[in-house]
Amino acid sequence: MEHIVLRHRDIPGLDQLDLYLANGGFEAFKKVVTSMRPEEVIDIVKASGLRGRGGAGFPTGVKWSFLTKNRPAYYVVCNSDESEPGTFKDREIMEKNPLQLLEGIMIAAYAARANTAYNYMRGEFWPVAAALDTKIAELRVRGFLGNNIFGIDYSLDVHLHLGAGAYICGEESALLESIEGKLGQPRLKPPFPADKGLYGMPTVVNNTETLANVPLIIERGADWYKSLGVPNSAGTKVMCLSGHVNKPGNYELPFGVTLRKLIYECGGGVPGDKKVKAVMLSGASSVVLHTTEDILDMALDYDSVAAKGAMLGSASVIVMDETVDMAWLTLKTTRFFKHESCGKCTPCREGTYWMLHVLERINKNEVTRADVDLLNNVASQIAGKCLCPLGEFAVTPVLSSLKTFRADFDAHAKDGAKPRPAAAAKPAPKKAEAVAGD
Amino acid sequence: MLAEKYHEQIQATLARYPADQKRSAVMPLLYMAQSEYGYITKEAMEEVAAILEIEPTQVASVVGFYTLYYDHQGGKHRVQVCTDLPCALRGADKFADDLCKKFGVKLGETTKDGMFTIEAVMCVAACDTAPVFQVQNKDGIAYHENQTVESAAKVMEELKAK
Repeated sequence: MEHIVLRHRDIPGLDQLDLYLANGGFEAFKKVVTSMRPEEVIDIVKASGLRGRGGAGFPTGVKWSFLTKNRPAYYVVCNSDESEPGTFKDREIMEKNPLQLLEGIMIAAYAARANTAYNYMRGEFWPVAAALDTKIAELRVRGFLGNNIFGIDYSLDVHLHLGAGAYICGEESALLESIEGKLGQPRLKPPFPADKGLYGMPTVVNNTETLANVPLIIERGADWYKSLGVPNSAGTKVMCLSGHVNKPGNYELPFGVTLRKLIYECGGGVPGDKKVKAVMLSGASSVVLHTTEDILDMALDYDSVAAKGAMLGSASVIVMDETVDMAWLTLKTTRFFKHESCGKCTPCREGTYWMLHVLERINKNEVTRADVDLLNNVASQIAGKCLCPLGEFAVTPVLSSLKTFRADFDAHAKDGAKPRPAAAAKPAPKKAEAVAGD
Repeated sequence: MLAEKYHEQIQATLARYPADQKRSAVMPLLYMAQSEYGYITKEAMEEVAAILEIEPTQVASVVGFYTLYYDHQGGKHRVQVCTDLPCALRGADKFADDLCKKFGVKLGETTKDGMFTIEAVMCVAACDTAPVFQVQNKDGIAYHENQTVESAAKVMEELKAK
């Protein structure tokens, strides 16, 4: 299949401006700036069915149409904070197909009537940012950015802003706070960014992969885009496959492919031909899904996954084989969310701390089954009580594991049925064959 | 002083944000300070605050909130191993432990010669190429992917020789 977002895999060297231009690069940007009104651009993106690729899946064109009218300034912010364990697609896009992303940001900026756009990148992407900055400088020299672009009364510049290691900045209002030079803590909504965003002005915040789709949608049309994928999940999705698979990596596939195809055809199956015990479909924040044959045959699109009680989110698929102990898995995810809680809301700040304490004791076999109930109790007190989704994310793997794999937790209890050796004594999983996916 | 030594760079950074939003430059300026002094000293926070016309406590709160800023001296190179779930499924915990053993430290500690602090960090968006570590030093951050203890030790020896 032809790649849309990972087009550099079909056209090597696409990160070079001349080659990008030779392959129709910036034609879409030129088309919108010279011949279309912003509303017309928004209508095409709406009609394409493009939905946010950062996880929420909100219709992109609809998001753009929410911008409050007649304000002195507008901003577009690309969210390249990519910090969810299991997600590594935006990094590949920025490293290998940076110009398509920049063109997407620029088209979004025109549609939003913005003269300034920012790409917020996690601080760890330092070298990626340096390379991207030289691309932006090239675009200024060639007149794609600056004043009176294509001789039209429209000016635009794009800047990078590096974060400094905070998962919470992937939440759009925390990200805006961070650009403003403050702590990355979520804002109370409403007002939403479309009304009061960056510096109090109407702002569009979109994920990297979302914006990288836009140039080809403009070039080839909404109907073409909708012909890929399935109803309600138009286009392709870059699926990040990690964990117990032979060939982890990014795989761009049309929505609707089965989980079985992703794990066994793309990923080359599980090392040692072990059985898949569970998958997490949207990184560390997702439901731990017990992987039955039925689940393996599930189509990877927004609606099919939701029908199974999970979320496709960013399609960051982590595969766990039959040896994985869910008490250990939730210790890992909880340690992450405890570290990344921004501290603003008490249930998340204190709750993740206490969940971690209980899970550490569980993993040291220093518990009874009543402590496993306590874990359930603490997690349930976080759910639904926080400003932003981080609290919800923290409890999702815990509550879903407790529901489906309670025996894994009870096995650590002194009064459990089958005591298991302490986690520290467990041999580490064998290193899977390191083959980058393509 | 940062303001004199990096005048042009600071002006270029400020130009990325609206003229009345100088505070936005606090994160890039903190990277600059960290690169200059090795970590972010109290004096550096005051310098950055003066440049941006904000309070030193506002700068200090940003330093405290974000994990890539340090308010204390560490190793010359911070070797940061991701041990989050996807990496751990590919042996990252054992990799981190073995690397520590090889250099005679525990996770979070600095080698006696002051060259390396080996620490565990949260996900670095390289789950498919675990075990992975990043090196943070005055030059910025660099990724090292698909690592073994041997290849990591080689990278570290090369850094030491530089």
